[in-house]
Amino acid sequence: MQPMNTTALLFMIISEFAITFLTVYFFVKVLRSDKKGEPDSYEEE
Amino acid sequence: MSTNKESWGTRVGLILAMAGNAVGLGNFLRFPMQAVQNGGGAFIIPYLVCFLLLGVPLLFVEWATGRYGGQFGHHTTPLTFNRMGNRWFWKYIGVFGIFSNIAIASYYCYIESWTLSYTIHSAIGSFNHLDQHGVAEFFNNYVDISTTTTGIPFEAIVFFVLCLALNVWVLCRGLSGGVEKVAKIGVPLLIVFGVFLAVRGITLKAGSMGAAFDGTVGLNFLWTPDFTSLTNPKVWLAAAGQIFFTLSLGQGSVQCYASYVKHKDDIALNAMSAGWMNEFVEVVLGSAIIIPISIGYFGIDKVVELTRLGGLGLGFRIMPYLFAQWGTLLSAMAGIAFFGLLFFAGITSSLAMGTPVMSFLMDEFNWKRKSSALAFGVAVLVLGLPTVLFFQQGVLDEYDYWAGTVSLVLFATFEMILFSWVFGMKKGWKEITHGADIKIPVVYRYIIKWITPFMLLAVFLGSLVRPANDEWNRISLKGWKLHNESIIGQLKHQGIGPNKSYFSDKFFAERDGQVDSVYVLNGSKYICVTDTAGGIKTPLRYKIMDRDIPAVHCGDFLHTGDVLYTGSVVNRVFYIDLARILLLSVFVVIGVLVYMAFRKRKKSGIC
Repeated sequence: MQPMNTTALLFMIISEFAITFLTVYFFVKVLRSDKKGEPDSYEEE
Repeated sequence: MSTNKESWGTRVGLILAMAGNAVGLGNFLRFPMQAVQNGGGAFIIPYLVCFLLLGVPLLFVEWATGRYGGQFGHHTTPLTFNRMGNRWFWKYIGVFGIFSNIAIASYYCYIESWTLSYTIHSAIGSFNHLDQHGVAEFFNNYVDISTTTTGIPFEAIVFFVLCLALNVWVLCRGLSGGVEKVAKIGVPLLIVFGVFLAVRGITLKAGSMGAAFDGTVGLNFLWTPDFTSLTNPKVWLAAAGQIFFTLSLGQGSVQCYASYVKHKDDIALNAMSAGWMNEFVEVVLGSAIIIPISIGYFGIDKVVELTRLGGLGLGFRIMPYLFAQWGTLLSAMAGIAFFGLLFFAGITSSLAMGTPVMSFLMDEFNWKRKSSALAFGVAVLVLGLPTVLFFQQGVLDEYDYWAGTVSLVLFATFEMILFSWVFGMKKGWKEITHGADIKIPVVYRYIIKWITPFMLLAVFLGSLVRPANDEWNRISLKGWKLHNESIIGQLKHQGIGPNKSYFSDKFFAERDGQVDSVYVLNGSKYICVTDTAGGIKTPLRYKIMDRDIPAVHCGDFLHTGDVLYTGSVVNRVFYIDLARILLLSVFVVIGVLVYMAFRKRKKSGIC
């Protein structure tokens, strides 16, 4: 398989890693955030 | 008293619904095209900069605006803006927050129905044994309502109605019972499908399954940065436009979803989570599917040329052929995954377009949920039928330009000015940070007030007076030639060519070229021309009526303005203006409804 050039590979890894990290970070933060007292916005929580 | 008692089921459901609102067809079809057309790797830097300076601030502002309005029972932008701006005209600017959703939904649901149909066609092997031309013809036949690919008469309309019915059925079940459930299934599923296709695309090997190049060739093209393009306004304009489109900003749907969040609950973390989820789908998955796979088969130069067909062209005319090279089972799986993920991406977005329309009817006219959902379905069907019937005449493109591009930028500019300067950043910042589960960097207070509005104005002005060939250095006080796609250029019908009148007894060749063939097929007459303008060969096919008479023969060389055929010609410009009148009418009707709603509230003292 033709390898990617170093600049492109680095650029891709850094960008995709940063985006994936931030996506997971914020979503996990949502899952772990403290619930505020009732009445809140959510029917089931 | 409003009948609107909707609420979200869970916080995760809200975020997935908001992410679903943002994740749409554009993530997989538009982003790769924009990246290829704007120099590949060069595009990612302005794209990410625009996300941080334009996308994130607008997300904060739209979520905050929505939650603020929700306190007062306003789930749509007209009366929320009225309350924030305290001047009579703000509610009419807010009309965009309903208009854009109906207008975009009317063609978006049509494209969504294509993805549903193509998922089924992929499953039953309709594309197997078709060559590239055959797959392209399959699409041409699909959108030509006088032909059918499955034997179902008026197939395109049938699937459109089916798709609309599905949207209405989900909307009837409400936010937590319908929209949220679809998001909880659809968003994770589209991510799984996307990962499968991305892995397939990246690992494509030259010489295997007919591929001429490795998948990494496409990735190389996409990710190699060209820093010189950072000085090109065209690339920045394209990047800003893509951020708008991808995050569903300037539409009114984010405000609507957020209006069902209680004032004490967080919006800042929710906005970040949904926004970054969209970026993950677009940049990580979206860039790893169409580009590596298509470049793997056609090479860079050919794919750059093919992107002139647009994302829809590449997605529907080319990709099924490429998947068919992978063998019966894998091609079916790939087709189901690709068109399936497009369908889920599409429906989660179209549901977000339906919600503001329903909310407005429920809030202001006490309509029940089912009647409101049905009204949305009927409105989209009526407004959408011209995009189905007159697809080849450019009605869909026209709706997309005015409702799906210009309106978004205009509305976002106004809402940013309203939030930052009229409502004021003191109140605005308090709104954004109230109940926040994250600490927003204070620099965003200044970005929202100073930088984002300036960028939005620059994008709008740039779109208004965009120069021909994107030669920004030609702009001078003496004037310059406008780009055909500039707003003023579009208003003046620039680029319409020699067929300027609505009706005529002659149709003139629009570009230089050569006649390939003149033939009759299945009772319809066709003239095929290879357009050679600009040194790039583009095949064009004109379907002409029975009573029309070709004025050319096979092999004839054409110049712009030569007569192609004679007869009763209804030119494209007629359909373009018809589309504009329809859109304007919809805007006015909604404006009248907003006026009636405002009067009603004022009378009852709850404005």
